[in-house]
Amino acid sequence: MKVVLQNLTKIFPSRNKKSDEEVVAVNDFTFEIPDGKLIGLLGPSGCGKSTTLYMISGLQKPSSGKIFFGDDDVTELAPENRGVGLVFQNYALYPHMTVKQNIMFPLENLKGADKLTKEQMIARAYEAAKLVQIDELMDRKPSELSGGQQQRVAIARALVKVPRVLLLDEPLSNLDARLRLQTREEIKRIQQKTGVTTIFVTHDQEEAMSISDLIVVMKLGVVQQIGKPQDVYDDPANLFVAKFLGTPPINVFKGYVEKGKLYLNSGAPAAKGAENMPEDDSIAQSVKEGVCVLDVPGIDDREVYVGIRPEGFVPNPRGRFKANLVNVEVMGRDVSVVCTHEASQNATVRAIVDADNKINEDRDSIAFSLKPHKVFIFDAETEERLRFEVK
Amino acid sequence: MVDNKQSWKAWLYLSPAIVLLLVFTAWPIVNTVLMSLLEGYNNLGAVGGQTFNFGIGNFTYVLQYKYFLQCLANTCLLCVITVPISTILALLIAVCLNAIKPLQRLLQTIFFLPYVTNSIAIGMVFAAMFTMIPGAMPGVYDSVGIINNVLGVFGIDPINWANTGSGYWENIAVVSVYIVWNALPFKILVLLGGLQGINKQYYDAAKVDGTSRTRTFLRITVPLLSPMLAYVVITSFIGGFKEYSSIVGIFGADMGPSGNPRVLNTMVGFIYDALATEAQGRASAAALILFGIIFIVTLINLYVSKKKTHY
Repeated sequence: MKVVLQNLTKIFPSRNKKSDEEVVAVNDFTFEIPDGKLIGLLGPSGCGKSTTLYMISGLQKPSSGKIFFGDDDVTELAPENRGVGLVFQNYALYPHMTVKQNIMFPLENLKGADKLTKEQMIARAYEAAKLVQIDELMDRKPSELSGGQQQRVAIARALVKVPRVLLLDEPLSNLDARLRLQTREEIKRIQQKTGVTTIFVTHDQEEAMSISDLIVVMKLGVVQQIGKPQDVYDDPANLFVAKFLGTPPINVFKGYVEKGKLYLNSGAPAAKGAENMPEDDSIAQSVKEGVCVLDVPGIDDREVYVGIRPEGFVPNPRGRFKANLVNVEVMGRDVSVVCTHEASQNATVRAIVDADNKINEDRDSIAFSLKPHKVFIFDAETEERLRFEVK
Repeated sequence: MVDNKQSWKAWLYLSPAIVLLLVFTAWPIVNTVLMSLLEGYNNLGAVGGQTFNFGIGNFTYVLQYKYFLQCLANTCLLCVITVPISTILALLIAVCLNAIKPLQRLLQTIFFLPYVTNSIAIGMVFAAMFTMIPGAMPGVYDSVGIINNVLGVFGIDPINWANTGSGYWENIAVVSVYIVWNALPFKILVLLGGLQGINKQYYDAAKVDGTSRTRTFLRITVPLLSPMLAYVVITSFIGGFKEYSSIVGIFGADMGPSGNPRVLNTMVGFIYDALATEAQGRASAAALILFGIIFIVTLINLYVSKKKTHY
């Protein structure tokens, strides 16, 4: 079942009666979720991703806009008539019922032609339980289960009535790190096996990237970018998306573009802007050459933010990016080089390089050349991406 | 743990409480048991040097005494009628109160007011509501009371609820209404507290699964509220067996409508009467029987709720 969101907007009235400030939780969200895909809604807390999920479930009404499941307009439909399965962040398993009773509960609500006999219900419950591999725990109470098992019960309960759309609210946030890895693969497996269109919400970019077919990055109620995880990572639309995706996070620098060349601010006024340069043009040119880190043809002269992915650095004694070496962290396969740079927006700059590169930790400075496709340039004011030709 | 050499300090600090408990709780219990086992015991006789035989005569006397059995029946009847009604009513009111947003605080306060009002005063108001005021001639009334007036709107003839010549079941009805009304505030308070502690997500989950309101109430609200319900039922059974002041409040110290005194007396009333007539032995026996009944009922309650309660 494809899900279409049309100009979906949710405005919460102000809690404080004295101020008229409204909170726009979701702002004009338009997107068509293809049938049978796993979609990750990704963003920091308060970005409207959960609100979007609850509007799709029907628990919250959109202020404006429409929601379609396939060709049916479900905007005005009550949650129970939409055919959605919803897994809550803390699972919301009924504590007084056994696992079996929990999973059967949605089936017992079916009325009219859909009404099932007790045997059919039990068969369906076991089918769902087998799918999430909890069929041996059917007589336990939720309090006797681990977090991961509770999660599976919640998914089974959502799947048992064969929903048109499966919604998961922060499905992994209550699990420990090891279980998280396991469960996210499990979610992917269940989704692929059932083929049900699945939308999940997360603030963890790694989680979203690892299992989603498509990710939707949101910020303050506004969709920033939609695409395949790798595409969004490789080609971020703006500084926010670039910063949000990737561990370790992207390194951001202040800089400027002049005549198709990218310079990083050195912090010292002498290096920035021609007016502070020595009178002689040729000397100025040579000083500038020294800090130019990359040729960026196609970008007009302006102030910019420069994002460089940690894997975009290649140790090279003659490289044009120079930084002060702080320390080297060996991680086995890779080496993480921690340095500082005057133009960096973060305290440190982190480069991930292949462990084959022998880096002498005693040195004070280190030079890198940059992989152009790992360098993203954003306008300093709009923070929108500026594209340049990669040779 | 306190050092053994220091433990006398702990005892010293505990001593005021221990002394008070021994004097006012422990000794009276022991004394009650003693008195109940001395046949025909009374204080005046004891002071006068009379001796009493040791035996269970007080118990057999009380249990064969018709008036005691009447009090026992009254008490049990009131319990059986009022506990379920007040609990179910309180549950419904609490659910409704919890569901409305505007004026919730105000309504909560209104529903709680009876709890802080003197029960004798409430009893007198109830008596006034149910009592008919006789007119100049017999069989003619100046007023038939508020309740009868309201019933009259629905075409029901005036009923003699609590006046001279009123029937036993009418009297029980009046007392039951009063007890239920008096018991509601505390129960509503406890149940409302319980309701507000239930995670709202259970209801969202039920909504997404298309659960009807009735089913949500019976399958989710009631089970999740069961610890509170068990508490309320147990305490109200205990309270119910100690019923006394409600009857005094409505019918006065006669414990019955005029012309038929003591017909509504309860266990506690019987004990007070026995004490007042210098029959401390019998009073003690009756008190121990009451204790035994409350103890057994509470055990049954606990046993049932353990099976049905989800903690």
